Amino acid sequence: MSWRFVSSIAAFLAILFITACQSDESLEFKRYYSSGALVYQQHCQNCHGTKGEGLSALIPPLSDSTYLRKNILALPCYIKNGLKGQIIISGKTFEDVMPANDLSPVEISQVLTYIGNSFGNKLSTIDEQSVQKNLAGCK
Amino acid sequence: MKNFLIAGFVAITLWSACKSGSDKKTLPIYGNREPITKTVDGKQVTDTIYQTIPPFKFVNQYGDSVSNKTLNGNIYVVDFFFTTCPSICPIMHRNMLKVYDTFKSTGNFKIISHTIDPKHDSVPVLKKYADKLGITGNTWWFLQGKKEDIYTIAEKNYLVAVKQDGSAAGGYIHAGYFVLIDKQKRIRGSYDGTDPKQVDQLIDDIKTLQAEPDQMIVQ
Repeated sequence: MSWRFVSSIAAFLAILFITACQSDESLEFKRYYSSGALVYQQHCQNCHGTKGEGLSALIPPLSDSTYLRKNILALPCYIKNGLKGQIIISGKTFEDVMPANDLSPVEISQVLTYIGNSFGNKLSTIDEQSVQKNLAGCK
Repeated sequence: MKNFLIAGFVAITLWSACKSGSDKKTLPIYGNREPITKTVDGKQVTDTIYQTIPPFKFVNQYGDSVSNKTLNGNIYVVDFFFTTCPSICPIMHRNMLKVYDTFKSTGNFKIISHTIDPKHDSVPVLKKYADKLGITGNTWWFLQGKKEDIYTIAEKNYLVAVKQDGSAAGGYIHAGYFVLIDKQKRIRGSYDGTDPKQVDQLIDDIKTLQAEPDQMIVQ
């Protein structure tokens, strides 16, 4: 056995060890988050902006963590069916209509994971099962 | 030795030519043009007639009428949008806000945004939109008018395509151009209003235009 062979085995084991150290949970989070970034670009960014900053008093920002946390169960319905009526985000009132978005439950969970962990927000992974359950309860 | 001197001379000439060129940056003039020959002080003079924006009349968000005459002596930027637009309008107006913030306190400058959905976007709807966008004063006007007039001026004069189409998001297809018009009502630039880099270019070009000496208005 050459020294080179031994060292490459060692490197391989080290890589295995490092990847094993990442829990399944964090891998799942990364998958949701990176797919969610694409969904965001395609369906949300035009209005809510690249930094989730919104647009003046017309379109709300997505950086109000308290609002997101409080409404976490209803958020899948808001994305799927759109949103009408007054809402208060970061202390400001918004009243314009958000159009409905025809996204699948998995896309909704991806984009919510992305939004929930971008723009200064820190929520956990929002998985497909919970989105599906919440969608069933949409008014 | 002689060759070397000549080469040096040529290099210096070229370099200074480039330099004076970049100092005097001028924007192109778009649209059709035709030469006319007229007699000035008994001499034959050839002049060029450029395509200009023809007379129009619309109403702004305050209910005041705005015509081509209202804009006399102004550099202005034009775009087309509608308040319920779910696609490119939010990006366009997020970018246009930058133009507004840069020039709102300088005189002789206006932004005019025409709604292409005048049926829904009445004067009060436009006023509310402007308020929510944070627009005050008379730098940025949101204009309403007859649908045919809006579509004609968009396509024939500002060269921006607009079309009603039930299958498009929000019901309309339109291009997100910002068109730059000079004090002589000629088109001097056209920029993709959804691209922040092009909008920065527009801001630079407005400054270039503001520095251009006022010429006699042809026609």
